Amino acid sequence: MPTETNDLQYADVHRDVIRSIVETGPQYYIALGTAFGVTLLCFFFPWSYQLYYGIGAAGMNHPGVWGTYLASFIFWIGLSHSGTLLSCVLHLTHSTWRKAMYRSAEAMTLFSLMVAATFVMVHVGRPWFIHWALPYPNQMEMWPNFRSPLLFDVMAIGTYITGSSIFIYMGSIPDFAAVRDRTTGWRNNMYALLSMGWRGTDREWHRLHWAYTFLAVLIIPLAVSVHSIVSWDFAMSIVPALHQTIFAPYFVVGAIYSGTAGIVTVMFVLRKYMDFGQYITKVHFDNLGKLLLVLSLIWTYINGIELFTGWFSGASSEHEALRYKLFGYYAPLYWEMIAFCAVAPLLCISSRFRTSFVPMLILSIAINIGMYTERFLIVGTSLSRQYLPDAWGVYVPSLVEISIIVGSLALFVTLFLVFVKIVPSVSMYEVKETMDAPKPEPVASPEGSPA
Amino acid sequence: MSLLDRFTDGWRKYRKPGYYEEFDYHWAMTIDLDKCTGCEACVTACQAENNLPIVGEKAFAEGREMKWIRIERYWEGEYPDVKLRFIPMLCQQCDSAPCETVCPVSATYHNQDGLNTQIYNRCIGTRSCAVYCPYEVRYFNWNDHQWDAPLEQQLNPDVTVREKGVMEKCTFCIQRIRQAKDHAKDDGRRRVRDGEVQPACVQTCPANALVFGDRKDPNSQVSRSMNDPRAYRVLEELNTDPSVVYLKKVDAKG
Repeated sequence: MPTETNDLQYADVHRDVIRSIVETGPQYYIALGTAFGVTLLCFFFPWSYQLYYGIGAAGMNHPGVWGTYLASFIFWIGLSHSGTLLSCVLHLTHSTWRKAMYRSAEAMTLFSLMVAATFVMVHVGRPWFIHWALPYPNQMEMWPNFRSPLLFDVMAIGTYITGSSIFIYMGSIPDFAAVRDRTTGWRNNMYALLSMGWRGTDREWHRLHWAYTFLAVLIIPLAVSVHSIVSWDFAMSIVPALHQTIFAPYFVVGAIYSGTAGIVTVMFVLRKYMDFGQYITKVHFDNLGKLLLVLSLIWTYINGIELFTGWFSGASSEHEALRYKLFGYYAPLYWEMIAFCAVAPLLCISSRFRTSFVPMLILSIAINIGMYTERFLIVGTSLSRQYLPDAWGVYVPSLVEISIIVGSLALFVTLFLVFVKIVPSVSMYEVKETMDAPKPEPVASPEGSPA
Repeated sequence: MSLLDRFTDGWRKYRKPGYYEEFDYHWAMTIDLDKCTGCEACVTACQAENNLPIVGEKAFAEGREMKWIRIERYWEGEYPDVKLRFIPMLCQQCDSAPCETVCPVSATYHNQDGLNTQIYNRCIGTRSCAVYCPYEVRYFNWNDHQWDAPLEQQLNPDVTVREKGVMEKCTFCIQRIRQAKDHAKDDGRRRVRDGEVQPACVQTCPANALVFGDRKDPNSQVSRSMNDPRAYRVLEELNTDPSVVYLKKVDAKG
């Protein structure tokens, strides 16, 4: 493990992490207040207006019946990907560098999924009937349509959100217990409940590890399938430029790509503002940088393939869709996406770049802007140029949509800020596993025993 | 009867093999492009018959007009040697419709008349059917519409007024088909006679370019018209199996 954590003792880990929960400065309240305020103003207020007025409050029209709401939905599902998936893969491959960052990565998964689910509600025309898409016995004796890729999507996301919340919760139990043992009052009661009577016996540890590994194995195929299924919403159609077999791997890679970039952003923020500098180190940024480089290359390759198969098909509709994507109304966005997601990440070849925090932060944000653009273009360019030229059109997002996109970011930040004060955002027991055992000299210290 | 029995019973009833192949009627339409003048009388008739909202200037500019049948215009050639082509475009009532498979709540499905029906009350507004439809003939209610007095007096009582957030499209004037079938039943006749039912657009077409009828009856006007050598179907290569057949416009050589 990195030398930087070597001078830390077990007790220091507890002290640092629990401090991040218990001690709350005015800075935090300002941040939370701002985030919550922006959420109310930019997300819930325009959404209420849209519920009252109808989806027409957004800029969608014919033929652009899908717009930024769906793009945002894919974006947030994508962002959710790296968290739990990365955590699972690294857990199974025994990568020690995972341990300091996985908790916040998994939280990112959970909250992105929640925001994505909210976007489904924002997207549909009559969200008050959204439960009809769930299979439950009802007085209408109606099942949802099991042939629909959208229904697969409901199932996949439902499973994924359940799986990843159990995963993050189970991994946090020993840490809840540790906090329980070091707090008093209502916090003590809350963590007593959350830790479900964890005592730290050998048997409990053994079971936890077994169950944790089991879930990790379970979640990896789930994560892959979720985004494949999201891609089928598009690929199962016969719209030119959407009807492609490459879409499932394309979406999965894109999801992991934007998710990894998201983790870099979140880790930078945690490091900077939560004083986790000793736990989240250059090693993490170095490794994530390498991962970003590989993912960007795969992503670029798939983009090339997409263009090639479109051209190779020889169909006039596909050619028009391609021409429109590369040189049409939305072309500046396309080339922006290429610059941010295919060209800029090549900087990660240099190890000096990977280990510098601020450039990595800028890159990670650029990648996610590019990836958002990608999702927008998938929806926007393809629907604008379909088979019948008479029905061609252009879709431009309205102010309500833009506001809701900004607001969703604030919603995510709000959820995350609440999270860091409730759940230890660095896994204490796993960080301790990477450290040397305490030296036998300070016998008197009562703090040195593991939780 | 237990829940499981009821379920398996229902399953057997609704999933009988051939449901999608064997229709009671098989309504179809032919559109003779040689006769079509592009006068848009069908568009207006449809508007009046089916309670289509008048969306107003702003919504029209935004591309949100409601036209279950529209006249597509295509210019051929370069000026001055230029030709204008018309093609009325309406729901093609595809027998293997992409919109039916994608709806998560089965708000659009194929009925026993071979019609692609839309259940407004079931629709949750994912708009995926409009994306999946290659003919772009599905229209979404972006907001609630108003009929200023006295326009509300002319709403057709046989047709629903749709609320915001719901998809709608051409139904082949299903209310008229239902009425004709009811009359046939009341008369003790077994089947609807050819020409007994006509959608508003067919009824209105001054050039008689539109022909409607039951494709299962080999002697109906529509069946005979479908055998015309000029017959073709739009985007046939997509295998959606449309029920609307177009008769090609033939230009005189010279």
